[in-house]
Amino acid sequence: MSKPKLVLVGNGMAGVRTLEELFALAPDMYDVTVFGSEPHPNYNRILLSPVLAGEQTIEQIILNDLDWYKQHNITLHMDKMVSKIDRINRKVIASDGTEAEYDRLLLATGSNPFILPVPGKDLKGVISYRDIKDTNDMIAAATEHTDAVVIGGGLLGLEAANGLKLRGMNVTVVHIGEWLLERQLDKTAGKMLEASLAERGLQFRLQAQTQELLGDEHGRVRAVRFASGEELPAQLVVMAVGIRPNFTLAESAGLTCDRGIKVNDTMQTFDPRIYAVGECVNHRGIAYGLVAPLYEMAKVAANHLALMGYGRYQGSVLSTKLKVTGIDLFSAGNFAGGEGTEDIVLSDPSAGVYKRLVIQNDKLVGACLYGDTSDGSWYFKLLREGRPIADIRDHLMFGESSNLGDTGHQGQNKAMAMQDSDEICGCNGVCKGTIVKAIKEKGLFTLDEVKKSTKAASSCGSCTGLVEQILMNTLGSDFQETPKNKAVCGCTDRSHADVRQAIREQHLTSIPAAMKAMDWRTSNGCGTCRPALNYYLISTWPKEAVDDPQSRFINERAHANIQKDGTFSVIPQMKGGVTNASELRRIADVADKYQVPLVKVTGGQRIDLLGVKKEDLVSVWKDLGMNSGHAYGKSIRTVKTCVGSEFCRFGTQNSTQMGIDLETMLANMWSPHKVKLAVSGCPRNCAEAGIKDVGVIAVDSGWELYIGGNGGIKTEVAQFLCKVKTAEEVKEYSGAFLQLYREEAYYLDRTVHYLNRVGMDYIKQRIVENAETRQALFERLLFALDGLQDPWKARIDGARKEEYVPLIPMPA
Amino acid sequence: MSEWIVVCQVTDIPKLGARVVKESGKDDIAVFRTETDQVFALTDRCPHKGGPLSQGIVYGENVACPLHNWQISLSSGEACAPDEGCAGKHPVKVEGGTVYLLRQVTA
Repeated sequence: MSKPKLVLVGNGMAGVRTLEELFALAPDMYDVTVFGSEPHPNYNRILLSPVLAGEQTIEQIILNDLDWYKQHNITLHMDKMVSKIDRINRKVIASDGTEAEYDRLLLATGSNPFILPVPGKDLKGVISYRDIKDTNDMIAAATEHTDAVVIGGGLLGLEAANGLKLRGMNVTVVHIGEWLLERQLDKTAGKMLEASLAERGLQFRLQAQTQELLGDEHGRVRAVRFASGEELPAQLVVMAVGIRPNFTLAESAGLTCDRGIKVNDTMQTFDPRIYAVGECVNHRGIAYGLVAPLYEMAKVAANHLALMGYGRYQGSVLSTKLKVTGIDLFSAGNFAGGEGTEDIVLSDPSAGVYKRLVIQNDKLVGACLYGDTSDGSWYFKLLREGRPIADIRDHLMFGESSNLGDTGHQGQNKAMAMQDSDEICGCNGVCKGTIVKAIKEKGLFTLDEVKKSTKAASSCGSCTGLVEQILMNTLGSDFQETPKNKAVCGCTDRSHADVRQAIREQHLTSIPAAMKAMDWRTSNGCGTCRPALNYYLISTWPKEAVDDPQSRFINERAHANIQKDGTFSVIPQMKGGVTNASELRRIADVADKYQVPLVKVTGGQRIDLLGVKKEDLVSVWKDLGMNSGHAYGKSIRTVKTCVGSEFCRFGTQNSTQMGIDLETMLANMWSPHKVKLAVSGCPRNCAEAGIKDVGVIAVDSGWELYIGGNGGIKTEVAQFLCKVKTAEEVKEYSGAFLQLYREEAYYLDRTVHYLNRVGMDYIKQRIVENAETRQALFERLLFALDGLQDPWKARIDGARKEEYVPLIPMPA
Repeated sequence: MSEWIVVCQVTDIPKLGARVVKESGKDDIAVFRTETDQVFALTDRCPHKGGPLSQGIVYGENVACPLHNWQISLSSGEACAPDEGCAGKHPVKVEGGTVYLLRQVTA
């Protein structure tokens, strides 16, 4: 049986990206034919500006060379314009008569530059700025002529003007607006940009209306005349006043068009056999002209073409950067402000820095940065996430480094200023140069792609912000943001929130049932989603959902912590850090008997036996006669304490006993990530409660509770939750908070991430202000923990024996 | 010369799990069982930093190394792109529910 035929009209970035996405999903599904009106394979149109500026060559910006088309058995018709779609016989016809039949047709006809309808627009030397030919024409003109006028002070116009200037021409930018880039910048930033471009030798005519282009005797343009009557000499006129979606072909085929080809969320047109992606499309009333949305569309169209049908395109939020080397500007969202918005503005004209943040209803809704854009990606992230900013508002303007967030270990958040040899990802030893090279050479566009390809930010994730900045700086406006509702993994499109909700609402109690109900793409998931699902199931339906050991990471399956050489570490429970002679004696005996290579005191006030062989684990536990310290799990770890009022001359409460009580209460508790507590007997805080998930500090009149602290990858100071009077209240409030975290946080989020997501107000409202919800949460925690057995004890009694016993083969 | 040696019953290996085969003087071998009861055997060393693959999470026909989460194909032993490397693959067969490994024997 022959394969269905897919025809692509438009050999540009959006169309070919769709093919790439399709080949990744279903490599041999279609016979593919591609028509392109330009005599080139697919190239990166965005990088024409660096080519014009002489910073790159045409060869460097080719994305898919002819070999690529050959490898994928694509019939490629370059330099052929499709002039007709015959929808009845399902074929397309090119102007030279070439025909191709289709079962599925993909239109990616892009856009046309808008040409001002002024007299003289057809003169020689009047061009637009759209493709390789225009770029070459400009480069050629720069060698023969001296004066250029660029009509249009938008991104494209300024990039063209900058390029022509660098090629030695006198360049004047004519712009009808009051300031440059009025759609991307506010007036102040626009004026600063103008000043800085003027320093580079560009000239400007603002609020000027072009009336006519005057020609010489050879039919070549010689001057531009304005409505004011003034004339400006020019042998080259570049029209960069905007683009118009190119939908002539689609319209003539009877497809519904309105300022673009109308498509639905699966990128299908009026005729469902015909898809459309890219700049030619009108999706929910918007035509996009930047690459990131086009690539999102490509993904969705490819998904539908591959008969998977779970992708939906729902529109994009955009940000802008100007690709003129040495000029940094960034804007996103509603940077112009308006009614009901507030501005935070930093203006330092002599340093060439201007920043404006627009805030509405406690959320960042727009940002316009000039001169220093290093925090652009961070603002863009805040904008997309729409997170409340009240708590960081006072230092929001000073960027990510002065705020929480992921900026690396040493506060090096200025990715731009970093050297190629500077290390970005400390976990995987990846330098900036490696990342930049991978982005350029492998054509990476998203954070996930960089993670996969370079491993940067793929371990602890603390450098995620830096990597995003590098991506942004390297790609400019091609940058494709990480979607807000990130899928759990490649096995599904559902986010953690969706999965939690489905498990709760559909009462799902097993991994296979959950995967079935949520249309998992793989039959048994992967190492990423299964542990998450397992946690969501057992935390949502305690005593109903059955824990699946095969879906747990080895540490939680074996109840010990795997080490680099495959041995394990054993940390017995030592509540509140309190031990006694008998326990210490047994630990010493075990260390001798099993020749434990290293015995070490941990940061959590316990003792770690390192280098125990897996097959010895159960007997080690038996000889220890102590409970599991859960030092290996996404679970309760330890409650660190100080000496407290029993001995310490400053102690105000019995913090040690409080710690022991909390650790007893929380024993065997699984959680989205590890959970550490501390109790200090006075505000000197010797137990370091300020960096714990739940920190308790005794004062004379009671106990102060702090939540969301973290001493790990990025140090986070715990935030004050409330003050309570009695020890019982400490247990109830901290238990209720931990249950809230267990029920609502996403898998592998620490309490600080959860707290940042939902906000302190919400937590206070559930835990402090409403006694009913607090008590209900606390009861649910106690219910979930009730009856759980110590895992070491269970294994000493024979549970899951085969996990620990190696197989010894024998001859058949 | 080589011979088939008995390792265990298929049911001794947990579904979506693995067991490690230890023989003195030889590299450990990990035997895996998939959801569909296919059995694979690889040298129990991740090509990355030698992690014991037998301790990883098994999914589809892959295992995720417990040390740094490299994804290794059970059928070939090859690391999944973009990682590169191969854990040695061992001939294995299942007959009547018994798992056999082919081992070299010095005569």
